[in-house]
Amino acid sequence: MKLAILSGKGGTGKTFVAVNLAAVADKAVYIDCDVEEPNGRLFLKPTDTKETVVTTLIPQFDGTKCTACRKCVDFCRFNALVLVKDKPMVFTEICHSCGGCPLVCPEGAITEIEKPVGVVETGQSANVHVVTGCMNLGEASGIPVINAALSQDLKDSELTVIDCPPGTACSAMESADYADYCVIVVEPTAFGLHNFKMVYELVTVLNKPCGVIINKADGEYHEVEKFCDEHNIPILCRIPYSSKLASLGAGAQVASLYDEKTAKLFHDLLTDIKKEVHS
Amino acid sequence: MKIVIPVNENSNETTVCASFGRAPYFLIYDTKNQTEEYVKNLAADAQGGAGIKAAQFIVDSGADALLTVRCGQNAADVLNAAGVKIYKTSSDKVDENLKDFAEGKLEAITQFHAGFHGRQ
Repeated sequence: MKLAILSGKGGTGKTFVAVNLAAVADKAVYIDCDVEEPNGRLFLKPTDTKETVVTTLIPQFDGTKCTACRKCVDFCRFNALVLVKDKPMVFTEICHSCGGCPLVCPEGAITEIEKPVGVVETGQSANVHVVTGCMNLGEASGIPVINAALSQDLKDSELTVIDCPPGTACSAMESADYADYCVIVVEPTAFGLHNFKMVYELVTVLNKPCGVIINKADGEYHEVEKFCDEHNIPILCRIPYSSKLASLGAGAQVASLYDEKTAKLFHDLLTDIKKEVHS
Repeated sequence: MKIVIPVNENSNETTVCASFGRAPYFLIYDTKNQTEEYVKNLAADAQGGAGIKAAQFIVDSGADALLTVRCGQNAADVLNAAGVKIYKTSSDKVDENLKDFAEGKLEAITQFHAGFHGRQ
């Protein structure tokens, strides 16, 4: 079972849910796809970590062959190439590694070389195999690192929890597309609802079954429940605000390992999700 | 010499555009013939790399100088490689900038922003 933990905005509790679900399982793989700011490992504290460099391909020009015909510059829809004083220049952070420029070059002056864009760290934390994608600062796209992180999923994994990037951009889409089931964490506020609707739309486009966790579920705002009701989206659980959870979170602790009530909540949640997935 | 200014409209009523890469038009002023030409900026709607594409246009136009409110690092790299000088505009009036430039009153820009990349 592969679960994608999503939310429309940062700070709703994706990592809180993801690390706790992984921690209460008998055995799990946790993959942090929030490659711009991966923080699950701060809680899980994996040991015996190994790093693998992730690379993408960028063009390299052979000045002796290039005739400054400009075909590559005109072809690049990302505007990563320019021609100055009859010499091509490449902006590597803008390049999307599409591989098009070597194809359109009539002189064979372009070859592709590898450029590091991030690392994937793997390690073990008790029963959890922890995979963390870390993108290098300033890179245009997290997709190569996300795919490299997802490829570290264990083949025989019974439960894989994917901590997705916030929002609904390509990076969230790529991470969620790997899953069988999407868990959307929502804050019961007008802002939370707005962003939740966007994630729900994404999940619908991807044709994935989904359920909702309402985090910090106190107060009088019931629009999230209303929306779920209208669209037949199961509410998997409500987690009320608790200063104990906040304090454990601030101390970078996996709450389920320190608080029995929380452990039970996530245990039950995992059972309910399994039922949902198999229904 | 040729001077380029990013502008908001394609007429001599226009003001200087605060953006370089996404300015709607460029004014190309030829000091020798005292002619002005307004050209649509084809990079204005680019999804990404607008500054780079706009800079390529400036280079191809044969300009010697760009007078602009601001400029991103990538565009500056292209312009610097081509030897196009970048100056900070003194007001939003095209005529005043051309006059100030002719009198040597405009300062070269040495601080370039990292790019907005979708942010405002």
